[in-house]
Amino acid sequence: MTAPSRRFDPRGLGPAHPSSAVSVGAAAAVLAVFAWLCFDMVRQGVGVVDWQFLVHEPSDAGRAGGIAPILVSTLWILAVCLAATVPLGLLTSIYLAELTPRDDVVGRITRRSLDALAAVPSIVFGLFGNAFFAYGLGLGLSILSGGLTLACMILPLFIRTVELGLRAVPASQRDAAHALGLRPIAIAFRVVLPQATPAIVAGLVLGIGRALAETAALIFTSGYQTRFPTSVFDSGRSLSVHIFDLGANIPGGDARAYGSALVLVAILFLLNRIATSILRLFGLEAPR
Amino acid sequence: MNSCADDCPCAAMTTEKLTLHYGATAAFRDVSLEIPRCEITALIGPSGCGKTSFLSSLNRLTDLVPSCRVTGRITLGDLEVLAPDTNVVALRRRIGMIFQKPNPFAFSIAKNFALPLREHGVREHAEIEQRTEAALRDVGLWDEVRDRLRRSARTLSGGQQQRLCLARALALEPEVLLLDEPCSALDPISSAKVEDHLQSLKGRFTVVIVTHNLAQARRIADRVVFFWADESGGRVVESGPVDALFEDAIDPLTQAYVRGQHG
Repeated sequence: MTAPSRRFDPRGLGPAHPSSAVSVGAAAAVLAVFAWLCFDMVRQGVGVVDWQFLVHEPSDAGRAGGIAPILVSTLWILAVCLAATVPLGLLTSIYLAELTPRDDVVGRITRRSLDALAAVPSIVFGLFGNAFFAYGLGLGLSILSGGLTLACMILPLFIRTVELGLRAVPASQRDAAHALGLRPIAIAFRVVLPQATPAIVAGLVLGIGRALAETAALIFTSGYQTRFPTSVFDSGRSLSVHIFDLGANIPGGDARAYGSALVLVAILFLLNRIATSILRLFGLEAPR
Repeated sequence: MNSCADDCPCAAMTTEKLTLHYGATAAFRDVSLEIPRCEITALIGPSGCGKTSFLSSLNRLTDLVPSCRVTGRITLGDLEVLAPDTNVVALRRRIGMIFQKPNPFAFSIAKNFALPLREHGVREHAEIEQRTEAALRDVGLWDEVRDRLRRSARTLSGGQQQRLCLARALALEPEVLLLDEPCSALDPISSAKVEDHLQSLKGRFTVVIVTHNLAQARRIADRVVFFWADESGGRVVESGPVDALFEDAIDPLTQAYVRGQHG
């Protein structure tokens, strides 16, 4: 028999079980992998990234020069993707959360399909985009094809995130609005949707994160031209495709691949910061 | 266009054999009532006897509950409330409702008024401001919030929020006001304030109020309706002018209840 532990035990879990050491170890391992990844990327990439790298075109298949046209293409692809995702996604999530009862058949089928789509590997979206947008609709390998393919890919994630946010708005807000004689469409757009802003921003950040990281879906749809795009019908290479190409196909491209990766991660951090500031502006907290 | 300007003796609303079911369970049965114009009608009775359900059926808020079925007849003036072709949005614009728990929109105080007013077709900015101020004065809130109309309505105290909800309903100039235990979530001082302002509205609107506070019912109501629940659901035991019901009720159930002997 051992005496009960008298150590400080704020959670009242009793003496530490051996398994807690394992879980602490697991957490430390995850942290270590992340730290090593960041450290490695910064160490190998930081020497390459400077102003010249950001404003010049690549040369010698990317071994030299910069990533200016690739940055421009990436932002264009992202813009096309968001221009399709945001209106379609908001309307669908309002339909699912506000305008149909929870046990509605169409709503249930839509929700199941979205969950299935969210689990489809991105390469499949790439093949679909290639067959449908590039050839079926005749858009060719273009920023438009790539952006729309990405939109198909992130829509499920965006819709389900926003739908959860809409459902989290208290029922008392809807009751108040109904009792005031507001039309259902006004209740959805003017009362409930504004209160779901944190979820919308969260959905956007998640979606943008996935879109910027995407490679497989873009190789077959937006192509890999490294020229400056002049319109959305031009082919354009995204940062992720550029990193893949430099790493996989171009001997001696490693340094610039790391540099590009560093820029990509920096853009993601920047977008996250912007999203958080938008939430602050609304007096809201970012979801944790 | 105040509905109480003419001294029409007719009822503002009537119900005939009104019955409400949630699934197979009846919340109340066969309620036939006349709600007199420009008077305060208080609904009293123990919890679970269908008072709140009755109130929500009057503006068809019960439509939002999937399993809820209402039969019988409700009229508002010439309007058949339960008719399938009745425009519920238009109906609810004629009937304001205040809930047990204050439910201001999670927006600024000003937007709590501007949003419903715009939806009701008031476009002029000046008119929106003027009607907001008038409604806030009606509930004695104007001096407390005039400097912070851009602040969130959630920053107000519970009592202030409830008066804001009352003002928000008043700004739309309804004919009938439904109040579901509007003071039950408030402290006695806030509750007294809400009650005072209800009394000041007497004669301007037709008011139906659910309350568990018999003293309150006696102070503010013109007529009282006593609900009681037995195995088959809620029903109206007795109704009449406030003094008659409190002093010489006919039914022994009512006599016991108003004396505070059960319920």
